[in-house]
Amino acid sequence: MEKNLVLVLLLAPFVGFLVNVFFGKKAGKGMAGALGTVAVALSFVLSVYFFLQVNQTAKPIAVKLFDWISVSNFKLDFGILLDQLSLLWLLFVTGIGSLIHLYSISYMHDDENMHKFFSYLNLFVFFMITLVVGSNILIMFIGWEGVGLCSYLLIGFWYKNQDYNDAAKKAFIMNRIGDLGFLIGIFILGSMFSTLDYGQLKAAITAGNADTAKLTVAALCLFIGATGKSAQLPLYTWLPDAMAGPTPVSALIHAATMVTAGIFMITRLNFLFDLTPFVQNIIAIVGAVTALVAASIGLLQNDIKKVLAYSTVSQLGLMFLALGLGAYNVAVFHVITHAFFKACLFLGSGSVIHAMHHEQDMRRMGGLRKIMPITFMTMLIATLAISGIPPFSGFFSKDEILMTAFHANIPLWVIASLASIMTAFYMFRLMYLTFYKDFRGTEEQKHHLHESPGLITFPLIVLAILSLVGGLISLPFGNSWLNQYLAPLFSEAHHAEHHLGTTEYTLMAIAVAGGLIGIGLAYNKYLKGGYVPKEDQDIDGFAKTVYNKYYVDEAYMALIVKPINGLSNFFRETLEPALSRLVYGLGSLANGLGSLGSRVQNGSIGLYLFAFVIGFSAIFIYLFLANK
Amino acid sequence: MENILNHIGIENYIFLSVILFCIGVFGVLYRRNAIIVFMSIEIMLNAVNLLFVAFSTYHQDAEGQVFVFFSMAVAAAEVAVGLAILVAIFRNIGSIDIANLKNLKG
Repeated sequence: MEKNLVLVLLLAPFVGFLVNVFFGKKAGKGMAGALGTVAVALSFVLSVYFFLQVNQTAKPIAVKLFDWISVSNFKLDFGILLDQLSLLWLLFVTGIGSLIHLYSISYMHDDENMHKFFSYLNLFVFFMITLVVGSNILIMFIGWEGVGLCSYLLIGFWYKNQDYNDAAKKAFIMNRIGDLGFLIGIFILGSMFSTLDYGQLKAAITAGNADTAKLTVAALCLFIGATGKSAQLPLYTWLPDAMAGPTPVSALIHAATMVTAGIFMITRLNFLFDLTPFVQNIIAIVGAVTALVAASIGLLQNDIKKVLAYSTVSQLGLMFLALGLGAYNVAVFHVITHAFFKACLFLGSGSVIHAMHHEQDMRRMGGLRKIMPITFMTMLIATLAISGIPPFSGFFSKDEILMTAFHANIPLWVIASLASIMTAFYMFRLMYLTFYKDFRGTEEQKHHLHESPGLITFPLIVLAILSLVGGLISLPFGNSWLNQYLAPLFSEAHHAEHHLGTTEYTLMAIAVAGGLIGIGLAYNKYLKGGYVPKEDQDIDGFAKTVYNKYYVDEAYMALIVKPINGLSNFFRETLEPALSRLVYGLGSLANGLGSLGSRVQNGSIGLYLFAFVIGFSAIFIYLFLANK
Repeated sequence: MENILNHIGIENYIFLSVILFCIGVFGVLYRRNAIIVFMSIEIMLNAVNLLFVAFSTYHQDAEGQVFVFFSMAVAAAEVAVGLAILVAIFRNIGSIDIANLKNLKG
């Protein structure tokens, strides 16, 4: 019974994918959308069921499906593990997934390939579930690759636009670089311990007699995989470009779920990272620097989705900072609250873009507050949450990260706090430019402005409520439900909660003040000052450098892509012709020898017989002489 | 039984056999009529058969003679096939001159 339910949970979205792929076009748009949504909702209901069960019994559910690999002493089962961590992920993947499917029914209704869109989304959810529920790293890798594929398909969903195709390819290739690291990490662990099962790995690693140097290399490789999938320095550049995909995709894949896979992986393997402090330091530094760099780029972007994309990179950086400091439960907490408010923000921006007829430039917006009250209110709540204003959910999670950083390393705390102030600034810049003052678009756009229909606003409202109350799952007053719930996953060291003293209250006050400063600056400049960002060609000085994302893409182009292209040109134009000339030369040599030999075969039987007799005689004479 | 080799020495059989064999070889090499080439081959075959029988008697061992029976049977079958091929060739190109058979040219 349990096994069947688990299988339904896993396979429902896959069935949805198959049906939509083969019959979606015939079934019609409404049917395709409804089917996709129901498939994911079914998984969500089952996730809730299992979650309630595990929450009560605190016993993970492990289901072995079949023996997968068995080579000499290396054995691997294909199993499913529903423990506290994977169920938490399942809840928000399928929960937010269902909401976004619902949203997409309305958002994509004009698209001729709607059934394809839903089949890809369902496939994505299937792979994401696989990633989360597998009982060993190899199953996680299957899901890992699968979500990468779906991300590629969905970024390039509007494949008629070459820029979008390029963005899709970029995402795929950047991810591949990270995946290579991940794969090498898996191989190292596999060769060291002859198993990849989480439970057995944990037992083997915590036994303490493993080679630390090898473990460090393995952890580093796994972290490289995480930087690719979770868009950290130096592999983050694909995420902003991934905004080429339809907005529900940005919300689901590139904000709420897929990009948190790296954090899931590190949390899952926390016993490994605990033993490699060197890698933990790198993770913390990379996370903090990413948070700051991405936030600073976000300050000057004018595309509403680009701002949110850089904000996602920045928030992911904060989560990695927490991971690097060993505060896994804090990182998980921020993943959850971030999923709520960032999905809400993306869906809100989608609602705006929908109303603006696919205009994404905030310089052409403004004054939408009165026309789209629900979108405005929900986005405002999410914005307050991401800015870390109490009592919204983001305040609690971000505050815990900052507190952890303060206790571990002051410079990292400063960097993270700066990033938070910037976050508050650019998010309110977004709000003021989009919703306040007067409308700056064309008359025709103004004429068509409207509040989005119920299917779009309903998910917004649900997510806004969640962003409002999401902080309740881990309150800082010593009775955090989340920390208790996750406790079985981590070693004892992480249980220590910060006792709230003067320092902690001061830190909270500083964090809130920082957020308010950011908001105040934005208010002063964009609402009171009525400033509208300059047109592209008028941007100059340092602002131009930031606006162009520090020219990182250009640098990658010049340092990596160009040399590789040069090398491939060299191979194609010089080496390949040389090689093929050699091969063809050998071929024609054999041909020439053959035609020389074939002259002997002139068809005259007399000659053949003569040769035969001469040959035979020669053999006889030889034998005769040899035996003498 | 009285041994015939007491009257005519073994060397005479060997000489006869070599002469027959050489006649066969020259026939094969110099004649162009396929039937005569064929007959020459038969002469070579029988030269060897003769030698077999001679040596068989010389060693007082019947195996050689038995072998010759087999050899003759095979030769008969071969002749049947060979002649059939020749007939077919003659029907096709109206000649059995081996100089005309050049279809196997490489």
